[in-house]
Amino acid sequence: MLSPAEQAALDAELPHYPARRALCIEALKIVQHHRGWISDEALRDVALALGMTPHEVDSVATFYNLLYRRPVGRHVLHLCDSVSCWVMGCDGICDHFRNRLGISFGETTPDGRFTLLPIPCLGDCDHAPSLMAGNRIHGNLTPEKLDRLLDELD
Amino acid sequence: MPTLTIDGVAYPAEPQKNLLQVSLSHGLDLPYFCWHPALGSVGACRQCAVRQYRDENDSRGQIVMACMVPATPGTRIAIEDEEARLFRKSVIEWLMTNHPHDCPVCDEGGECHLQDMTVMTGHCTRRHRFPKRTFTNQYLGPFINHEMNRCIQCYRCVRFYRDYAGGRDLDAFASRNHVYFGRSEDGALENEFSGNLIEVCPTGVFTDRTLKNHYTRKWDLQSAPSICPHCSLGCNTLVGARYGGVRRVLNRYHHHINGYFLCDRGRFAYEFANLPIRLRHPVLPRPAAAKDGAGRPPTAAEAIAAIRTRLRRSRGLIGIGSPRASLESNYALRRLVGPDRYFSGLPQGESRLIAVALDILRDSPARSPSLREIAEADAVLVLGEDLTQTAPRMALAVRQSILQAPAARVAALNFPGWMAHAFQNAVQDDRGPLFIASVDATRLDDAATAVLHAPPADLARFGFAVAHAIDPEAPPVPDLDPETADLANRAAEALLAADRPLVLSGTSLHHEALLGAAANCGWALCRRGRPAGLGLVVPEANTFGAGLLGGRPLREAYELVESHQADTAVILENDLYRRSHGTDVDRFFDRLETTIVLDAVQTATTARADILLPAAPASESQGTFISQEGRAQRFFPVLPPTDPVAESWRWLGHLHPDEARALRSQEAMLIAIAAEFPFLAGAREAAPSATFRLNGAAVPRSSRRFSGRTAIHAHLSVHEPKPPEDSEAPLTFSMEGTTTAPPAALVTHYWAPGWNSVQALNKFQDEVGGPNRGGDPGIRLIEPRNVPRAYHNAIPPAFNSREGLCTLVPLHHSFGSEELSRLAPAIAKRTPPAAFSLSPADARERGLGEGDTLSIRIYGRPVRLPVRIHPQLPRGCVGFPAGWPDLAGIHLPTEGHFE
Ligand code: SF4
Ligand code: SF4
Ligand code: FES
Repeated sequence: MLSPAEQAALDAELPHYPARRALCIEALKIVQHHRGWISDEALRDVALALGMTPHEVDSVATFYNLLYRRPVGRHVLHLCDSVSCWVMGCDGICDHFRNRLGISFGETTPDGRFTLLPIPCLGDCDHAPSLMAGNRIHGNLTPEKLDRLLDELD
Repeated sequence: MPTLTIDGVAYPAEPQKNLLQVSLSHGLDLPYFCWHPALGSVGACRQCAVRQYRDENDSRGQIVMACMVPATPGTRIAIEDEEARLFRKSVIEWLMTNHPHDCPVCDEGGECHLQDMTVMTGHCTRRHRFPKRTFTNQYLGPFINHEMNRCIQCYRCVRFYRDYAGGRDLDAFASRNHVYFGRSEDGALENEFSGNLIEVCPTGVFTDRTLKNHYTRKWDLQSAPSICPHCSLGCNTLVGARYGGVRRVLNRYHHHINGYFLCDRGRFAYEFANLPIRLRHPVLPRPAAAKDGAGRPPTAAEAIAAIRTRLRRSRGLIGIGSPRASLESNYALRRLVGPDRYFSGLPQGESRLIAVALDILRDSPARSPSLREIAEADAVLVLGEDLTQTAPRMALAVRQSILQAPAARVAALNFPGWMAHAFQNAVQDDRGPLFIASVDATRLDDAATAVLHAPPADLARFGFAVAHAIDPEAPPVPDLDPETADLANRAAEALLAADRPLVLSGTSLHHEALLGAAANCGWALCRRGRPAGLGLVVPEANTFGAGLLGGRPLREAYELVESHQADTAVILENDLYRRSHGTDVDRFFDRLETTIVLDAVQTATTARADILLPAAPASESQGTFISQEGRAQRFFPVLPPTDPVAESWRWLGHLHPDEARALRSQEAMLIAIAAEFPFLAGAREAAPSATFRLNGAAVPRSSRRFSGRTAIHAHLSVHEPKPPEDSEAPLTFSMEGTTTAPPAALVTHYWAPGWNSVQALNKFQDEVGGPNRGGDPGIRLIEPRNVPRAYHNAIPPAFNSREGLCTLVPLHHSFGSEELSRLAPAIAKRTPPAAFSLSPADARERGLGEGDTLSIRIYGRPVRLPVRIHPQLPRGCVGFPAGWPDLAGIHLPTEGHFE
């Protein structure tokens, strides 16, 4: 069951869409906002709310890389591994993550603080290598800059 | 004639079709994956690339996907263009970067469209050096095996399963080269047509799980054309066998019936014929083996001699036929015992229903539609029948019909209907009129414009009201509640407005008034000048065939024995315990001197036999079924029945006391049938006769690559035995025979050079997706006739529930209600446990919850079953599982007493 807060957020979106199932992405974002990620249970809740099957909702949920189908850390860091960032040394940033936090792409630190995910292009090529933390883009990354960023995030 | 040019050769332009379809229809080898004649074009796989030139002077042209371009006049394309060829080759190379190199252990190997297309494009060397992506497979239930690594992302599976069949538990997941086709979590695929994924998927992702239990490569299968024996629709099948057992069932294309798709019951029920409950030898009262060693089962000759002795001594012989036995077998029985002593094997009520149904369809101005015509209807009324459960493939056809009216509405947009995505975009959620009136919710309700869930009598009243709304001359329904009247008006309006209106009903609720109501609707439409279809579903594969022979009802057989006018009964492929109440059947058998039973499997009835003859099931028989459409169709044995097993008609022919009158061949049976029943004469033409030859040779059941002929029998002898002869069919039990493609009724394999998968079917059709070359098999025996018919006027009173009583309604299940298929292990795994279905109101009143035990007195005997609450079931109706042995013999209508 959706929580009252989730339901309220969903109801607020409802008028903007022609059909209930068109709300699928929005509903998943709402649930992720409240629960951190999309569990199997969350899938079923959304499916029920929209008259869809869990299979159909999962089909949408697994398509978008900003919807998480596994538990993630408090901060999800999306490091771009597309061409520009690769040319500009995103591999080195990746190594730095491994050295400092012990995680590679797809992994979460044991303390549940950070999850590192690849993302193919943030549209920030002119500041490559670049990563996204929360809603913010951090470009021109160096190991030092990354250290500062990680220290800032609790 | 307007033309188009392919590789410099002119062909007729066909603007309604796409270039891929046209190229393939002309026998040109253009590789493809995502296009499917029944699913249309999406241009997803990029495999069918060709070069298209703007006009005569254009020498550069551009690469286009042939499946996305209409074959309009003046179109000029090149398949053999070098760049297009390289393009196609590189598409395969790219697909192969992730495709496992596991053909030798893949069940699809040897009949794989991906293999064929890879060879066709010439890709053979791998350049990609990186690891392949791998997936975890899912458990998808007893029918389908899942091996996702083999996927090439053509999207055919979800397009069939979701868009065509209405399934909602298979989908595409993730993105990029991680796209995954499966379910959100492991579990049996719920859709009743899931088995078609095996043929729709061009690779080995979805394969036949039942075949896996006894795997054989396609080329090692001996195959024969057959007719599905598991419902009344008569879908055409290809049955494959090896090592003396059936291995699998594939779709055999019939343009007017099953098209490309079968239902899961029809596809996976074959295993019943391999089970130990099969009868393999005669059983005689005293073992005939006393002389030469104990325990030897009797031979056929001994059994026949024993029966003849009994028949001579008999003071009255009766024969009980069966709607699941062939026309020939029923006729042979009738001939043995005489028309007065031949019984249809159906209880009174059902006998009458079938007679009424036949009466309605014969001399009817409304046409009994083929499944294709059903799919093409643009307004449908379903009256009382839960089609998905009683005639599954028909439900799939109805599901297509709801796109007909929307298609007409978007016709003005002027794009071809085969542009699948454009079509979906254009019609959005628009669906054509489909009105479903049923007792309980059905699996088609999601496709319906409106549904009515009501007790059988009220459904009939609704139907009569529709007819009256169509034609005021049809009798009005007294005291109809305004809501139902309103719905009836809406349905009538929709049917009247349609170009191809259709009414479907059937006998599954055992409610005669429903048939009358459906007939009135069909006839009313005809009177109003609409070309209406009227289809009636009946219970079994040969219900109409047996019905047309006109046997007397079972009750009269019981009475004859009761009054000592008969002491010997021959029972043909019929388990009387499924027909009548157990105590009646017991009494019948107790009173009989000699009970002779012919059947393929053990049943409660065979357990009561004094003499038992092992009959061949459809997969080992030749015979004719008459479908609910009224079409006579021939099936052929894939395996010769191993002596002493034989077709029932053969046994019965041998039993005939008068040698001169005894019929020894199927052909002779059909000639005799035609002489006695002129309207059945067409049955003889249902397929070419035994003497038919192509270039002087019969049609081989085995492929030219059939291997291990001697090895199969090596444990017995290393000498290759002479192949069994088939004197009845123009087919051989070997790989020797004609190499020419036979007429559709005799097709044993779909194969053509370079085309090893089921897609080789292309080469057997007039045009891809069109009729079979040389015509589609079977003979329609029932055609519409423009005779004025009087409307039915037996309108039942409205349903009234009475305190403490409930009306018992049979709820059918695709997996469990049909006698033979429920024996098959894979089907049994999908059969729900027996339960009483209750409306929420009834459950509440009795304080019952889901799973509680409910006891209902039926014929004075308490029956206890767990409760299942069905939200849509009307109050006062209790559903019981139709065809479950423990609830057999309930004659409807019957009321039960709550205990
Ligand atoms: S599973 Fe088969 S049908 Fe589905 S996309 Fe993959 S290859 Fe195509
Ligand atoms: S719909 Fe009927 S005839 Fe067709 S495959 Fe299914 S059970 Fe067989
Ligand atoms: S068949 Fe034409 S793109 Fe797939």
